[in-house]
Amino acid sequence: MAEDINRYLRQDKLPHIWCPGCGHGTIMANMLRGFARSRLDQDKTVVVSGIGCSGRATGYLDFDTLHVTHGRALTFATGIKMANPELTVIVVTGDGDGAAIGGNHLIHACRRNIDIKVVLFNNSIYGMTAGQFSPMTPTGATATTAPYGNIDQNFDLCELTRSAGATFVARGAAQQPRQLIKIFEKGFAHRGLTFIEAITQCPVNYGRRNKLGGARDMLNWQKEHIINQTKYESLAAEERQDKIPSGILYQDKREEYTERYEKVIASARGSEN
Amino acid sequence: MKNKAGDKIKENQARIMLLQGDEAVVEGGLVAGASFFAGYPITPASEIAEGFAEKLPALGGKFIQMEDEIASMGCVIGASLAGEKAITATSGPGFSLKQENLGLGIMVEAPCVVVNVQRVGPSTGLPTSPSQGDVMQARWGTHGDHPIIALSPSTVKETIDLTIKSFNMAEKYRIPVILLLDEIVGHMREKVRIPSAAEVEIVERKRPRPEDREEFNPYQETEDHIPPMPDYGQGFRYHSTGLFHDKTGFPRGKSEDARLLMDRLMAKIDENLDDIILLEDDLKGDEEVVVLSYGSTARSAISAVTRARQEGLKAGWVKLMTVWPFAEDYVARLADRVKEIVVPELNRGQLIGEVERAACGQAGISGIHRYDGTIIPPDEILDKIKEVS
Repeated sequence: MAEDINRYLRQDKLPHIWCPGCGHGTIMANMLRGFARSRLDQDKTVVVSGIGCSGRATGYLDFDTLHVTHGRALTFATGIKMANPELTVIVVTGDGDGAAIGGNHLIHACRRNIDIKVVLFNNSIYGMTAGQFSPMTPTGATATTAPYGNIDQNFDLCELTRSAGATFVARGAAQQPRQLIKIFEKGFAHRGLTFIEAITQCPVNYGRRNKLGGARDMLNWQKEHIINQTKYESLAAEERQDKIPSGILYQDKREEYTERYEKVIASARGSEN
Repeated sequence: MKNKAGDKIKENQARIMLLQGDEAVVEGGLVAGASFFAGYPITPASEIAEGFAEKLPALGGKFIQMEDEIASMGCVIGASLAGEKAITATSGPGFSLKQENLGLGIMVEAPCVVVNVQRVGPSTGLPTSPSQGDVMQARWGTHGDHPIIALSPSTVKETIDLTIKSFNMAEKYRIPVILLLDEIVGHMREKVRIPSAAEVEIVERKRPRPEDREEFNPYQETEDHIPPMPDYGQGFRYHSTGLFHDKTGFPRGKSEDARLLMDRLMAKIDENLDDIILLEDDLKGDEEVVVLSYGSTARSAISAVTRARQEGLKAGWVKLMTVWPFAEDYVARLADRVKEIVVPELNRGQLIGEVERAACGQAGISGIHRYDGTIIPPDEILDKIKEVS
């Protein structure tokens, strides 16, 4: 981990606002390590975020950054990428921002396979607003808006985005930084809709309410339950029950959206002559 | 003429065409330099999306049909920040959905044009019938105090002119500009001359110089209250947010910052009313009754006043092309010297409240309101002129 990530941080905006024990800082730092390895141009990169704990990341990142309305980061990112396909466009979102209010934009961005790197910080809860359940809160867990236990079924976002047409789908966790860096490095190098689910712990508004212990206990949970995809596939069905596969889960080549639009331009110009 | 990518664009020639208002938005937009459209299909505005889908790529511009109205508004703001002249078009239901992101556009000061071809509401209402029911939504649709510019054409020719003006004002004042058509103007066909870009004024946003990168404050107060705006990817690495922010673009959570930002956003518009408020009038100076209208209703108003004069009545007309900011001083002066101001509107009374406020009791105000999807015919206005004369 020799990458110098300080050059990608707005030092005067630190320390960040995330709670002690939160995994968001770990995810952000490893995202930047992956970015450093990908050798992308800092001046040609735009990061867009929405509302929630994840949304605050753009304030710390020294790129062109845009902090928008709840759930809509992908729509702004789509406009930016369409306008100037030379830019690297990254969306930082959360499980509430990206999978609930922004869920429709997520599946349609995947469908287009537009070259946007979506990093979804999944902490299983609305942390910023103090613990309401999200589409990623496990069934049965307790939240301020599910005091008798959550009856909703949660998403498998990696399956969802893959089905919707994303061409790079990966899952990592705050507890597994080496794998995370590799995922980010490969994901940033991919051309097409890149979806990275980064599992992170919220000890304050999720762990405490569900008696999961402190940050260390939650990280240990990640260690025991989030396992590499190869290992996951070698397990029998009943052994997979409480396990979550991680790593680069899917990668494919399909023509990217702005490249396809360049052909529309060429065709429109051709028919004009 | 070149587009942003440096490709040569064929210089558009002035030409005469038979166009409907929706198509005129496309033609006017292209003259103004529109390079990006994002939208979602909706009656009676879909022809605008269809026109841009066909014409933009041939000019090296971009069109995208988004998954919904909210996404279209976000997409347009994103494209604007990346340097494009961006536009979207919708009608009442979609206009409601765009409101939150419209507020974000005002807050980050992203120039763009939002067309609303008004139909009868609320809800699904009368999708193919005309209305002027979104006048107040145009002013106050997004939450919180905010500045806004809204223009409203009454003819196809005016639609071309005001589309160009909408882009120019958006670029000049760094603000989303709302272009309020109604279904009549949107679907009516008239013979119009489309000007070439060379013969009209085209405004480009103020951009910072590359050497300004060192000490760049993206939301710095300036003499005209409008800070220069770089395109994404030019190395300025600046931050924009819907949170109240200081000159650096970052939120500090200080109430003083909130006041300063709001005051600057308002001052951009309030100190330039002479430039922004567009209206036409036909007043001889001896009027007893003046009909004040906007949009397609102005056509009936002008016809009614012409006939009233032929019958010897002392009548005149005022047509507002800028609905917001409202021409308050003008109406106040008018009210000082006339007996009655008649305000016909295709709603239950929206702009008439502003007229009453500006007139402050100095003249009688009477409205003619229809909200059943039919137009106000000249006869109805003429009868009212006679009644109050």
